Amino acid sequence: MTTAPPAAPGAAPAPGAAQPAPAGPADGADVVLRIDDLRIATTGDAEILHGISLSLRRGQLLGLVGESGSGKTTAGLACLGHFRAGLKHTGGSVTIWPRGGERIVVQELGEDALRQLRGARVAYIPQDPALSLNPAMRVGEQIREVLDVHRWGDSDAAREARVAEVLADVGLPSDRDYRRRWPHQLSGGQQQRIGIAMAFAMFPDVLILDEPTTGLDVSTQAHVLDTIRDMTRRNDVAGLYITHDLAVVAELADRVAVMLRGMLVEEGPVERVLHHPEHDYTKRLLEAVPDLAGRKAIGGDPYRDSPARIADDATAPPLLAARNIRLSYGEAQILDGIDLTLEPGECTMLLGESGSGKTTLSRCVAGLIDDYTGTVALESAQLAPSTRKRTAEQRSAIQYVFQSPFSSLNPRRTIGESLTVPLETSQRVPKARRRRVVEEALDAVRLGRSFFDRRPGDLSGGERQRAAIARALVNSPRVLVCDEVTSALDVSVQASIIGLLRRLREENGLAMLFVTHNITLARHIADNLAILNRGRIVDYGPVDDVFAHPTHAYTKALLADIPTL
Amino acid sequence: MIAKLIAKRLAVSVLILLAVSVIVFAATLLLPGDPARAILGQQATPERIAALNEQMHLDQPPVVRYFLWLGGLFTGDFGLSTSANAPVAVLLGERLGNSLVLMALAALISVPVGIAVGIFSALHRGRRSDSAVTWVTLALAALPEFVIGIGLITLFATSVLKILPAVTMSPPGQPVWLIPSQLVLPTLTLALVVAPYIARMMRATMIEVLDSGYIEMARLKGVPERRVIFRHALPHAIGPVAQVVAIQLAWLAGGVVVVEFLFRFPGMGQALIDAVNYRDVAVVQAVSMIVAAVYIVVNLAADIIGIMADPKLRSAAA
Repeated sequence: MTTAPPAAPGAAPAPGAAQPAPAGPADGADVVLRIDDLRIATTGDAEILHGISLSLRRGQLLGLVGESGSGKTTAGLACLGHFRAGLKHTGGSVTIWPRGGERIVVQELGEDALRQLRGARVAYIPQDPALSLNPAMRVGEQIREVLDVHRWGDSDAAREARVAEVLADVGLPSDRDYRRRWPHQLSGGQQQRIGIAMAFAMFPDVLILDEPTTGLDVSTQAHVLDTIRDMTRRNDVAGLYITHDLAVVAELADRVAVMLRGMLVEEGPVERVLHHPEHDYTKRLLEAVPDLAGRKAIGGDPYRDSPARIADDATAPPLLAARNIRLSYGEAQILDGIDLTLEPGECTMLLGESGSGKTTLSRCVAGLIDDYTGTVALESAQLAPSTRKRTAEQRSAIQYVFQSPFSSLNPRRTIGESLTVPLETSQRVPKARRRRVVEEALDAVRLGRSFFDRRPGDLSGGERQRAAIARALVNSPRVLVCDEVTSALDVSVQASIIGLLRRLREENGLAMLFVTHNITLARHIADNLAILNRGRIVDYGPVDDVFAHPTHAYTKALLADIPTL
Repeated sequence: MIAKLIAKRLAVSVLILLAVSVIVFAATLLLPGDPARAILGQQATPERIAALNEQMHLDQPPVVRYFLWLGGLFTGDFGLSTSANAPVAVLLGERLGNSLVLMALAALISVPVGIAVGIFSALHRGRRSDSAVTWVTLALAALPEFVIGIGLITLFATSVLKILPAVTMSPPGQPVWLIPSQLVLPTLTLALVVAPYIARMMRATMIEVLDSGYIEMARLKGVPERRVIFRHALPHAIGPVAQVVAIQLAWLAGGVVVVEFLFRFPGMGQALIDAVNYRDVAVVQAVSMIVAAVYIVVNLAADIIGIMADPKLRSAAA
């Protein structure tokens, strides 16, 4: 619909819009944005960006990858002249060559000129659409607002028509009813496409995308990535795609830049950087990315499936068996007849997207939710629905590790205190020996005893998650329920946690229910794969079988949508 | 659907009001005194007292009296004031009007001022102006209302400046608003007591909202700062602040008692104090019920505003 973007009236910040575009920078005529030796420090004068230089070219996407805290978002926001609270610009510049306009140096702009730049020449697509759309404004109005504040077009009707057009461009309905919806009435993928429509409304020259698909499940992510790729090409925009997901970069970007602690360590075409990385950090990063084929050995030794572990006595009851689990809240059927078994030393991956019921199911198994129907049995003993009604021994046998190590450890208690609590509850070991048991658990998760007296605030995300796993281990469980334990962590930390869980399984013969939305981890940790979709298990079996012969349409779509390196 | 939600809250409000009526009635039963003797005086004959007791249903058991009284409330009959020897409705009618004028003026000043100060403070967070505002609001919030009132009287009516009347000068029966200057100090006292809380709550809510992702996004869209604050941030602060405003306005209904006494203001608070002094049970009951009703009405209003300000609730069933 908008193949040739018209020059937006009133949008070009420079008056010389009539003449042909002035010559671009020396290193290439199609460079639209160039960052030169950008330095940003905290207000306490600790430098966090140590001189970044990058160029964005028209019609191309540059992937900016790095782990959390590497400064990628800070660099991206600097392109809009925005610094979050506590940060300040200390050196370097960002220069923009808009279509048919004069060179703009972002750092030289005043408050008002900066405002005219944002949303019009440089647009931003944020990480979490649920947080960045105003919940009290209709979605159409939020797109319309960009056009209003930048005085696009010459009438309300023209602006309204542009809103409809850009909605159609991103593949959303453009009718009046849809534009009058509230953000909470849209799905996550639709919300993110509203964000994309908002960014493209003014025909910008530069697009800053800050992990725009992080919160989305793979199928939705695939659609959103398609939209982004299509819109960038069609509108001939230069894009900076900030992400920690190298697979997404491989799918989408033309060039890639790798950041490490505020420095750019490598930059080049995607093919070269991802397949022939030069910097050690890039290599390490690539090694940590799980692959669907399971050829890599993330987090240490490759995982070997040893058939000897299969229960030799086929008649014995499984270690853990969930039978016909059902749960509904009002009209909504969350779990719709789930059957699942776990043998000793076996790991089953429970895979599903957000809202599929995977966390609900794992909580039913652990007894944290007790209003389900159906049965959970440990060996031959049927367990009471509520963990409160289970015996101490049964409770010790099934232990739970939560998704976010940032909220699952009490910040006011030392790690040692937090880890002693389960022992106090179970009364499994006498008081005098408790400290030793906790220290052994800390050793087992490779944290070491020195962590006993430290508080969660001093620990990194990975260390916290190890402490949380240690807490689950102190009572010598037989089943470990791991609920998205790596999704809050960076890839390299994820790799080390996966390696740890794998070793724990081999050393202690732990059975594991590994709940995740990340299918690429399957071959690195699991023997069996259960695919959960809308409260039902649609595919269930050994990982290789499910991958080779997916039966359900959902599984097939899932396997097709995975971005790969 | 909103109507249903509101109807539900309304029904709950009525139940609460009924519960309050039971408590008020039971509490006033415990007050000592003989209303009939109070009305007729010490030299009344036992026959006349008995006759009056019968007329006022005081010879009936308490449960019957409660329902007679409750029935009266519904028909606007609040009973007979024993001290004024007149219907309570007549006695309180004019005073209720005076008090409502005072409360309305105080609310009209304190709500916008509190909200504006809160927004200002949130926007200047961490700067000197913000800490100045914080000091002043906390100091005012810590002072009891009669201290503020006496301070204002000293400042504007007696010692420093002598520009405003220190007490109410209207003769009985004349509406207070005919002499506007006498309303200034009581209104100001109430406003100064109420506004700090509203400002504190507004500041906290606005700070939370200003830190949110959609505010950053609005700024990154190039939305002018004024529009960011009034169009994007303010609507989210309305709901929580309405709750605090409601609590404060409800407090006004009781807070007027002290302030009216201080300024000799002919309002409900004065009536309540007099009624307690003269053991005038019917008036105490009526005033208590009116204060309770004000509490419930403003809280209900806050709930409704909260619902209207949240599109999730508003469109839940739409």
